[in-house]
Amino acid sequence: MANSHTAHDAHDDHHGAPQGFMQRWVLTTNHKDIGTLYLVFAGIMFFLGGAMAMVIRAELFQPGLQFVDPQFFNSMTTMHALVMIFGGMMPAWVGLANWMIPLQIGAADMALPRMNNFSFWLMPFAFILLLSTFFTGGGAPAGGWTLYPPLVLQGGDSFPMAMFAVHMMGASSIMGAINVIVTLMNMRAPGMTLLRMPLFCWTWLITAYLLILVMPVLAGAVTMLITDHFFGTSFFSAAGGGDPVMYQHIFWFFGHPEVYILILPAFGVVSEILPTFSRKPLFGYESMVYATASIGFLSFIVWAHHMFTVGMPLAGQLFFMLTTMLIAVPTGVKVFNWSATMWKGSLTFEPPMLFAISFLFLFTIGGFSGLMLAIAPADFQYHDTYFVVAHFHYVLVPGSLFAIIGGVYYWLPKWSGHMYNMTLAKWHFWLSAIFVNVLFFPQHFLGLAGMPRRIPDYATQFADWNAVSSIGAFGFGLAQLIFPYLIWSCVRGGEKATAHVWEGSHGLEWEVPSPAPYHSWSEAPAIELIERGAAH
Amino acid sequence: MLRTHRLLTALGAAVAALAAPLAHAEWTLNMTTGVTSMSGEIYSLHMKMFWWCVAIAVFVFGWMIVSIVKFQKSKGAVPDTAMVHSTKAEIIWTIIPVLILVVLAVPAAKTLIKLEDSRGSTLSVKVTGYQWKWQYDYLDQGVSYFSTLSRDSNAARQLQSGIDPTTVNDYLRDVDYPLVVPTGAKVRLLLTSADVIHAWWVPELAIKKDAIPGFVNELWFQVDADKPGIYRGQCVELCGRDHGFMPVVVEAKSPEDYKAWLAERQAAAKPAAIAANTP
Repeated sequence: MANSHTAHDAHDDHHGAPQGFMQRWVLTTNHKDIGTLYLVFAGIMFFLGGAMAMVIRAELFQPGLQFVDPQFFNSMTTMHALVMIFGGMMPAWVGLANWMIPLQIGAADMALPRMNNFSFWLMPFAFILLLSTFFTGGGAPAGGWTLYPPLVLQGGDSFPMAMFAVHMMGASSIMGAINVIVTLMNMRAPGMTLLRMPLFCWTWLITAYLLILVMPVLAGAVTMLITDHFFGTSFFSAAGGGDPVMYQHIFWFFGHPEVYILILPAFGVVSEILPTFSRKPLFGYESMVYATASIGFLSFIVWAHHMFTVGMPLAGQLFFMLTTMLIAVPTGVKVFNWSATMWKGSLTFEPPMLFAISFLFLFTIGGFSGLMLAIAPADFQYHDTYFVVAHFHYVLVPGSLFAIIGGVYYWLPKWSGHMYNMTLAKWHFWLSAIFVNVLFFPQHFLGLAGMPRRIPDYATQFADWNAVSSIGAFGFGLAQLIFPYLIWSCVRGGEKATAHVWEGSHGLEWEVPSPAPYHSWSEAPAIELIERGAAH
Repeated sequence: MLRTHRLLTALGAAVAALAAPLAHAEWTLNMTTGVTSMSGEIYSLHMKMFWWCVAIAVFVFGWMIVSIVKFQKSKGAVPDTAMVHSTKAEIIWTIIPVLILVVLAVPAAKTLIKLEDSRGSTLSVKVTGYQWKWQYDYLDQGVSYFSTLSRDSNAARQLQSGIDPTTVNDYLRDVDYPLVVPTGAKVRLLLTSADVIHAWWVPELAIKKDAIPGFVNELWFQVDADKPGIYRGQCVELCGRDHGFMPVVVEAKSPEDYKAWLAERQAAAKPAAIAANTP
């Protein structure tokens, strides 16, 4: 092993790290530092996006307009989505990839460290640009995160700023994805064959391919919006021979794989956590890999299920309905494999496991509503209602977000070298798990009762469940404040973590000391370590 | 302790907030069965999906719960580390979901095919979406009018209006002039828009379609002959600032009442048309 010293205090944690803020953080090419930067950035964005959600839920607590103008409300829903998806979820996953992929495959760093730095430092500028639209004349973008024309073209000064911000995020994502692919393809330690890689690496590999394939499509769509707005083209204007629905096809050709970009790494994290705390290898490792690849492939041929109401030909609707239903098969394989992993295990319920188990239950609920939404004739009743809002929040919040939180609780001792306050983390879990259901479950009822999404005010028959949902939102939002406090105090000190941290942990990341030294796997790990870790 | 206190305070606030509107509580849980020839079929498709999901949930969640309860380390469970793979199990849990999907897809496809068949309609109305109102144009009948949010709702929905929405009749779901259709007749709507994309939906009619500028979309419904009434919905595609304030209201009248209404509208429209044509 390259580095076997144990840390004595916080400064030694990063022995070998350059001193000085500029050298250490701005110019860094170290995968761990860049991972930390990504994660901190994502954390800030989660709280910003969360604050916007609080504004939305406060306004929707009661019928009538109490707090904000409808236009500002529309900005809130639009910016909440953009900030959460592009600022929270995606950077959080890239941060976890940066931290864990080199550690898990026995590589010294990411393959392209300088590009890694660049792809991170694009993000703060992209978001400064995006968030500064709040101070422009017409306010922040208010046409929805899907940026549908012609509505988005009615935006004022915020329009070009948001478009340029999306371009920057896209460039950052593409570079991050290239880095992951090149690292996984070229930097694996000798003996770390593809089918010995941890599931997190596998899901990220497939995610990275999805990113490379679809981010340029989004960039194209956005570029066409820009030329339509400023240079007199008519890609999406019927008056000039274009078609607004073509934008939706292009957008969702990006947008649907994007959904899987947000969830596939979560599958990976859950596939790491469940075996550890079940003390049993992941069930059906290979079928998990193939299921992930199938989901990745299917994600490219289902996009128009987001637009069943645009008036597609019958054959198109049938095709997209059937392909969408097919996704239930590989997803089902995954859920069954996870269940089988716990079966005949020896389970303990540390915070990462709690989050992983609630992921299993609540993501599956999101899957059920997804299956219902796939049925085109029924979708005419669900489309653009709160039923859809409930669906995608179930897969994104107790789905992706819980996996991110679970992943942080899983690997935090490895990063910081300290154990964290387990009791407080369990409080965080229970409050989150209860309030997330109070928040989102009633939204199914609201949607079925006919409440459209993206409205600042509603008919009085929707008042009751909206009040419940808002209470859940405030509870969920408050409960999240535990998380940064807990991370902060864990980084500052606490019980020393062992290298293995968890009794059942397996894999190369647990073979380096805790905290992981600044430079790890400078020499390739011994083959025995790889074989031990890969005993699926 | 402090956290417990905060939790209790939040719960107290929750109970208080829920008690207030309880007087006229709706607590609707499910989709409407609707009032058209297709709405019942769509509702039962929805319920069929729901019960399949419940059945799968009972199985999967049951499996997980048994694992969680039975195989705890604290209860002395010893992991079966040899249990890593079973081709048979994996084939089974691939094939069975496929079969379930086929069972679900067949009726869904049948319903979809029926929904897309708009032949044989007896009335066509062109519906144009505007920011933020609807225009209804009875083709070849000489009747055309706008349908906008009612005055009462519009006053109450202003920011900090001070008007309690519960005192307004059909708050945000009331218009000055609803779309009037005859019951028992197959009505075809031709949807388009004058500015941005809107979407036209009434839950009881069980159909929703986008109104897209430059394109014409088609939908149809047939209100059951014994179900005259007023059915309310609203725009469901984000269309700008007042997206939440452009209701869709459909009044289904018996064929006789509809004829009377149409004649009245036509009579009212004629002098206006003459006036408009006079130089």
